[in-house]
Amino acid sequence: MRKQIEGSRAVAEAVALARPEVICAYPISPQTHIVEALSAIVKSGELQPCEYVNVESEFAAMSVAIGASAAGARAYTATASQGLLFMVEAVYNASGLGLPIVMTVANRAIGAPINIWNDHSDSMSQRDSGWIQLFAQDNQEALDLHIQAFKLAEEVSLPVMVCMDGFILTHAVEEVEMPDQGTVDEFLPPFEPRQVLDPAEPVSIGAMVGPEAFMEVRYLAHRRQMDALDVIPRIAEEYGQLTGRVRDGLVSHYRLDDAEVVVVALGSVLGTLQDTADLLRELGLKVGVLGITSFRPFPLDSVRAALASVSSVIVLEKALAVGIGGIVTNNVRTALAGLTIPVRTVIAGLGGRPILVESLATMIRGADDLEELTFLDLRTDLVERELERSRTTRKSGPTAENLLRDVGAVGDPHSVRMAR
Amino acid sequence: MSAEPVKFYQVGSFAVGNRLLDITERSAQSDPNRPNSINSGHRACQGCGEALGARYALDAAMRQTSGDLVAVNATGCLEVFSTPYPETSWQIPWLHSLFGNAPAVATGVAAAMRVKNRETRVVAQAGDGGTVDIGMGPLSGMFERNDDVLFICYDNEAYMNTGVQRSGATPPAARTATTQAVGEHPGNTFGQGKDLPRIAMAHEIPYVATATVADLRDLESKVEKAMQVRGARYIHVLVPCPLGWGSASKDTILLARLAHETGLFPVFEAEFGEVTSVLPVRRRVPVTEYLQRQRRYAHLFGSEPDTETIERVQAQADRNIRRYDIPEVNV
Repeated sequence: MRKQIEGSRAVAEAVALARPEVICAYPISPQTHIVEALSAIVKSGELQPCEYVNVESEFAAMSVAIGASAAGARAYTATASQGLLFMVEAVYNASGLGLPIVMTVANRAIGAPINIWNDHSDSMSQRDSGWIQLFAQDNQEALDLHIQAFKLAEEVSLPVMVCMDGFILTHAVEEVEMPDQGTVDEFLPPFEPRQVLDPAEPVSIGAMVGPEAFMEVRYLAHRRQMDALDVIPRIAEEYGQLTGRVRDGLVSHYRLDDAEVVVVALGSVLGTLQDTADLLRELGLKVGVLGITSFRPFPLDSVRAALASVSSVIVLEKALAVGIGGIVTNNVRTALAGLTIPVRTVIAGLGGRPILVESLATMIRGADDLEELTFLDLRTDLVERELERSRTTRKSGPTAENLLRDVGAVGDPHSVRMAR
Repeated sequence: MSAEPVKFYQVGSFAVGNRLLDITERSAQSDPNRPNSINSGHRACQGCGEALGARYALDAAMRQTSGDLVAVNATGCLEVFSTPYPETSWQIPWLHSLFGNAPAVATGVAAAMRVKNRETRVVAQAGDGGTVDIGMGPLSGMFERNDDVLFICYDNEAYMNTGVQRSGATPPAARTATTQAVGEHPGNTFGQGKDLPRIAMAHEIPYVATATVADLRDLESKVEKAMQVRGARYIHVLVPCPLGWGSASKDTILLARLAHETGLFPVFEAEFGEVTSVLPVRRRVPVTEYLQRQRRYAHLFGSEPDTETIERVQAQADRNIRRYDIPEVNV
């Protein structure tokens, strides 16, 4: 059914179509609308049988999901940002136990300074957690990925994180095509785990594994993710046949065929990049866009195939590995090992900084002159002032508050105060 | 009123006898067909109070649920000594996730059972660190939602698994690896401590009880009673730890009894936030009888006894006796 709805609502409805049996939720912006909608869907009796548990923290949310999944129930939760970090111990535990939990991450920056707006710092921090990570570029893909995520998780026995940009997608009202229950039921069979907590057949799950088998468990986690590189496109294909929406599952191509400069990115910024590519192509520049849908497992072969014959690659990242620079870049470079294509990192949109077509166009046009690491639309006046200050007086202090002191907004009794 | 339907025949040694009772009234542990939920062969220390408490508690829960039970375990001694991969002592379905999340994991298991329309019940267990410190948020959440979970805390009053460090349940003056017997005030500081049974009662959950491994029949009865109730339930069991307390392995039961008889560890039941029964003591004993048998209190009994500190501990015991109105009943 075609609908004009908010991204969060679309995801909530898609999750409900997947018939989760236990939903556990703790509110955090910008995930709230998803769990609010699911709360209503469960409470009204629309989704049965389903237990909706209002937990006291994200750590508990993931823990409830772990218990439910280990007992054989299809489990779902959603979070973002600080919430994802607060549950990290349980995030790793879920993947270590091989529990097919599905979680939405409504991507948001991580503080301090506290910031509720979008970037990818939260999911990127969990790239090595053993979870499969899928990034949606629009709300249609977000809802489609959620339905596929349950099937994928249960088939490879790994938890799946569906990442969608906070506010940009979660709060955007877009037209989406919602599959009907019959279609989803045909696509997604009930959850049938190999081992569950069952008094009729008692098993001990979560024992202490020593040096004699721990490496093997980790190795198998890696192999499962490698297997997922085959399973993800197959599931995307099956889903496409039922819904008519065929996507690759691992990557998305945009005007790559004859592209010379290709921008690699994840999530909703792909739309902006595609518009920018169109604009630049009108000016005669052969620009293409490669979207990474599956960040974990990372589709090395697909990325290499897409980029092998281009002359320049820019990786546009909404996260920053402080102390080195790009995160996705390192993965792309691994994919291009042995090739001499320059790969440059552009950090953009941190903490919700708008990523403008004009800025992108300028950046792409000057691709050959880009430094290894660039920060798009960085306010250099602000940072230079603070760098200058710290060169003269090396004293520790909170950075955001230092900036205020630099411009005289705090510290000097005669200065103009920030408006309250 | 006590949880026990029948007071066992007590002999001078305080050993309990089953023989005089009808088989239906006997201890779950005396049943030759008991489930041995946690089986022999595990790696607990000699004289481990936790292993003993868990054995009695889980078998009682199994009896009450006719074997339809799942156990969730926090990280800690019980988890480590019972499941050295690929071996396990557990004869019942058992799940360990993390240190601080056992109550939430148990909530998840209970939710799964409910949604699948199964009668399977859930017991979660942790040591005092997993309960009163790192797991307290999820525990309070589980209580507040009144999830259908029995949570059992095996309290040995410190982080024993990591080498005897102080927890929120470590009593004042006790020596631990992080409250050493040095300085002006050796051992743990005097404070409020964290009295989790009372915190549990403040949630007004259907059932809260305390017990010790000195009165295992009392523990069994409380577990069985708890399993007859739906909703969040909490049992706090004092389990002496020879390693951490510096006590003789043979004294585990004795120390648990002395903790009760001094008044330091009141044994009671509460329903919906109100105390409904208090286990009497056979005789009141001064705290020195209890403290002197443990090396963690050795600094109180040097060449010159630290009478001031001992009196403060005695005052705590006296307060408990007043607060719970613990009767002395000579049998």
